[in-house]
Amino acid sequence: MELVYFLIESIVKVVVVFGVLMGAVAYLTLAERKILGRIQVRYGPTRVGPFGLFQPIADGIKAFFKEDLVPAKAHKALFVAAPMISITAAISLFAVIPFGAVIEFFGRKISLVIADLDIGLLYVFAVASLGEYGVVLGGWSGYNKYGLMGALRAAAQMISYEIALALSVMGVLMISGTLNLVEIVQQQAGGHWNAFYHFQFFPFIFYLICALAEINRTPFDMPEAEAELACGFNIEYSSMKFALFFMAEYAHLIAVCAIATTLFLGGWDGPFHLPPTLSWIWFVAKTGVLVYVFIWQRGTFPRLRYDQIMRFGWKFLLPLTLANIFVTGLIMVVRGQ
Amino acid sequence: MVEQVFYWIAFIMTSMTALFAAVMVITRSNPISAAMFLVLNFVSVAILYLLLRFPFIAVIQVMIYAGAIMMLVVFVIMLLNVEEEERRKKIAVSLAQVISVVLVLMLCAQLVVGVGIQKIPGKHGAFTAEQLAEVGDVKAVAQMLFTTYLFPFEIASIILLVGIIGAVILSKKER
Repeated sequence: MELVYFLIESIVKVVVVFGVLMGAVAYLTLAERKILGRIQVRYGPTRVGPFGLFQPIADGIKAFFKEDLVPAKAHKALFVAAPMISITAAISLFAVIPFGAVIEFFGRKISLVIADLDIGLLYVFAVASLGEYGVVLGGWSGYNKYGLMGALRAAAQMISYEIALALSVMGVLMISGTLNLVEIVQQQAGGHWNAFYHFQFFPFIFYLICALAEINRTPFDMPEAEAELACGFNIEYSSMKFALFFMAEYAHLIAVCAIATTLFLGGWDGPFHLPPTLSWIWFVAKTGVLVYVFIWQRGTFPRLRYDQIMRFGWKFLLPLTLANIFVTGLIMVVRGQ
Repeated sequence: MVEQVFYWIAFIMTSMTALFAAVMVITRSNPISAAMFLVLNFVSVAILYLLLRFPFIAVIQVMIYAGAIMMLVVFVIMLLNVEEEERRKKIAVSLAQVISVVLVLMLCAQLVVGVGIQKIPGKHGAFTAEQLAEVGDVKAVAQMLFTTYLFPFEIASIILLVGIIGAVILSKKER
């Protein structure tokens, strides 16, 4: 009977998380267009529905009915598989992210996370590294020189920034002494957030920078730089396949913000206490603020040149994140932890 | 009972996938397809590790082999623009092929004798299954790495450093 309850619980959690995530992705596209519009002193979409609120639905219908082209010389199997790899990896990240405290439901304790893994953080890195194949294969399989250039750039950039990304969370790992994301959040309870209480503020910034490079957003959107590569890796894609890449990018954006919230900003812990059934509000609020910051900086910073990006990653971020490990060790020794 | 059945179904499916992917790796003519089947093989081997209840090795397998190393391989294949192999018309048997077939047959015989007939017990490590469940596999690996096997662990880092320096020198252009 326990097995049946467990299955029901898991399925309900998966359906809820998936539904909320897809809704968030749809309205994130609208939010980004609106906010970027305001930054550039224009309105953004306003025509479809009140304040343009039905725009994502219209976009979805449009993508669905567009002609689905596969280039004649493309590698068919990988061309079809690439967007699926991207979206699968982006959604799978949410399996280990805890979004609320343990709640009681008819006397049964339910923790608000789909899979409470002991190696949650490693799982995140493993799945994210598999997701990169979507971008790389998508650029290569279309048999297009701009696509291939985008894919090559994506591979080089992601390998470089993945190292700095992993190193930037080492300080948090040292302090919490566990890879379990739920335990990491529990240790930050009561305002002991890693970013502030444990002096991990600079690693937090490094994490955000590396995450930007990892999900290929401005100023690191080299794989799809419109001005020089004419959209880069997704150049040959149309219809739902393009929409899948698009959704994967936004789902991945929400994922890295949610992971940042979990690791550095205390997850579901907030300035004042909410009952466990409402603790997810803090989590959603913090993730939302980070997502806003990501959109905001897109309207602020210009795109870097490719060699500048590589130099910044290897010669600036990598040494700093390494130094952070020593600094965190010093802090821990001084505090006697 | 239900768990046992599920376990066996999962085991048979993943090992079949791993074997299928391994065969596809050596029969594809397109190098990128071969590389992607190798990734599939690594991922299914990782699931086998999971079924053995050792998630740490499973995740490291995906992260290092499937994620990092194969990404570099794919990168190099794209950069060098390796063409598809053409199908050879004649089948010429070389000495190297004969030797490798004999070696593979010997390995198979060893596996059959070792696992199937003799049932050679493996060497037991410092941690029993109960201890592992208690401390967690990441901590167990870390404890062994930083106490008993500290010296080989550090030696490995020096070997890697030598490799990095060698790569930098080889790729540096003459001034």
